[in-house]
Amino acid sequence: MEVKELIIKKVKEGFGETNVEVVDALGDLSFTVSKDKLVEFAKFLKTNSDLEFIMCKDVTAIDWATRKKRFTTVYHLYSFKLNFNLRVKANLDEEPYQVDSVSSIWESANWYERETFDMYGIDFKNHPDLRRMYMPEGFQYYPLRKDFPVLGIPGSLPLPQKPE
Amino acid sequence: MGLEAKLTQDGFVTTTIDAVVAWARKSSVWPMPMGISCCAIEMIAAADPKYDISRFGSEVMRFTPRQCDLMIVAGTVTYKMAQVVKRIYDQMPDPKWVIAMGACTSSGGMYRSYSVVQGIDQFLPVDVYTAGCPPRPENLLNALITIQEKIGKTRARDFQDIIQPKTEIANN
Amino acid sequence: MEKIHNVYSDEKIYKKLLEDKNITIEDALDNEMVINMGPQHPATHGVLRIVLRLDGETVVKAVPELGYLHRGYEKMAEDMSFIEFIPHTDRLDYTATLCNNVAYVLAVEKLAGIEAPKRAQWIRMIVAELSRIAAHMVAIGTFAMDVGAVTMVMWTFRERERIQEIFDRLAGARFTTSYTRLGGVAADLDDVTLKLIRDFLDSFDKELNDMDSLVLHNRIFIDRLEGVGILSKADAIAYGITGPNLRASGVEYDVRRANPYLFYNEVDFKIPTYSEGDSLARYFLRGDEVRESVKILYQCLDKIPQGEVMANDPKKVLPPKTEIYSRMEELIHDFMIINYGINPPVGDSFFSAENPKGELGFYIVSNGEGQPWKMKIRSPSFCNLQVLSKLCEGAMISDVIAIIGSLDPVMGEADK
Repeated sequence: MEVKELIIKKVKEGFGETNVEVVDALGDLSFTVSKDKLVEFAKFLKTNSDLEFIMCKDVTAIDWATRKKRFTTVYHLYSFKLNFNLRVKANLDEEPYQVDSVSSIWESANWYERETFDMYGIDFKNHPDLRRMYMPEGFQYYPLRKDFPVLGIPGSLPLPQKPE
Repeated sequence: MGLEAKLTQDGFVTTTIDAVVAWARKSSVWPMPMGISCCAIEMIAAADPKYDISRFGSEVMRFTPRQCDLMIVAGTVTYKMAQVVKRIYDQMPDPKWVIAMGACTSSGGMYRSYSVVQGIDQFLPVDVYTAGCPPRPENLLNALITIQEKIGKTRARDFQDIIQPKTEIANN
Repeated sequence: MEKIHNVYSDEKIYKKLLEDKNITIEDALDNEMVINMGPQHPATHGVLRIVLRLDGETVVKAVPELGYLHRGYEKMAEDMSFIEFIPHTDRLDYTATLCNNVAYVLAVEKLAGIEAPKRAQWIRMIVAELSRIAAHMVAIGTFAMDVGAVTMVMWTFRERERIQEIFDRLAGARFTTSYTRLGGVAADLDDVTLKLIRDFLDSFDKELNDMDSLVLHNRIFIDRLEGVGILSKADAIAYGITGPNLRASGVEYDVRRANPYLFYNEVDFKIPTYSEGDSLARYFLRGDEVRESVKILYQCLDKIPQGEVMANDPKKVLPPKTEIYSRMEELIHDFMIINYGINPPVGDSFFSAENPKGELGFYIVSNGEGQPWKMKIRSPSFCNLQVLSKLCEGAMISDVIAIIGSLDPVMGEADK
């Protein structure tokens, strides 16, 4: 419990009360920032000498199909000094869905952001190499969006011909 | 193929040659393991000391298609991988047979999704299907024995229409 | 032969391959080749494609490509209830199947607030550690086979068959068992199986020493692996590597110590760590981890209590089958749980467990219904493969195979 309070105190001191929302439920702590301040917040979390969140474990996105802010990007960070897993979220609202890339801060975010782009179609600005991860390059849809059916769209992926 | 494929009538000499050639082919079937996912581990287990596959003649599992005559497709085939599987199937020399190992290759398995081919018989001619997820190694050996029985019944004239057209051009 | 359709074109890969960022070799542009180490290859541990740009025998740049086994797990998970997804988690890391089951069930139990009884937790620990030994046997065997010592794969698979016989008696299937359930495990551990486990552990130490004596003093093996693929500590943390690869680079991080789950804080085990960070260190580390798992298993077999193996929480845990067939309340609860799901509270949670390949994490977002709104699988092999292109630059082609074997990726997990 003390670790969580320490983190909340340091973040509110170093980054300001109004820019960050705090949610503490189901045993996890998560912060929500606006997408313009995301890179600044990430740099603060990595370089602050009391926090030191130097490992990024995961980057992903959530598609709320009917909300106005349709996507939320989620980042999971870990600090060896405090031995704590933290979650940071940022909401994206209108088309085109864009957010700044954090791969300049944590190297591991490179492939995670490529996978999020492949599955959801979110554009990461300043990413060194944004191309598809799992689906082939010519695929025109984004599979994990809620309007793409589980069975797929027939004809979107060609098959070889059967002999004779 | 080659000389004995030109023997098309039934007679004492031709049926004996057929029987000998079929026996030789079925006793040394060299598989090409197209190991893609979990069934590949059970295929390696079929080659380990407990369920030995080399006592059935499949002494070596060559990973190059040019030296094999049986392709065991083990694992889920996606649309992206289907192009690769077909390309490797084309590189194998005739006569060739295919075993579809497991539920994923027979019919898509438990994956009814946008990127999994629902059965490899949509683009490959399959000889034996094997059930299981993954099938036990004894099940794979049963499939191999079925293929050997199938090979034992073939005759030389079954392979006649696969002769390449280029040889006819050279004869003229 | 058929031409590959243009949906599957490789233009962007070639553009990245020909970027000239770190050329350290003179005359690089005179005799370069582009070679495809394709998805079907005896030594890529699954369907991994690497496009290499070579100068003679030395690799100038390597670009890996994934996606040949992408089966759509996350999309399918949004469509089925939590209990229906358990067989799918078996096929994630298909060398250590029961570890994935345990990790998934613990993640859902954390979200929904279910508590399994003590005997079930100890059984889950035993089964997870046996799976860890089995997975490291595959890793060590295929790695040594890739480097040239073909006998190792036969010996390690013989040991693995004994573990699979134990699983066969316990769970009904050798390999993909789906043995754990929300609130406990599916069947109890009886005395014959306990005796089998003890016999296996008693004879295992001698087999491990035999395997060690086969390769440890072999000049060719050590020369082939020493100094190859050195991963520094800062790089390992920056690229998000976890598991044996991180511990071989000097960072002592193990989820079983940092965030203990099940009863790992009541057993005594060491965390082996090496500081060199090359392929030989990663090989030794896996052997050491197997020995630590044997120690943990001996302690578990001594400490396991008697009791039941499924929790008694009617709204969230399936009741036993004999009760369902004879009583009305249990029938109604069974119907509600199977058809409408367990209805966890609204919110999200992240849970991770220590798998043999690294740290497997599940991030589940629920909106109160029986099916998850989103499930993200944080797979360790996907993260460990990021560092491949950095490690391969400047190495020879045969070193690429040693590096892939030592990083030990499993494509069922990396491609989801």
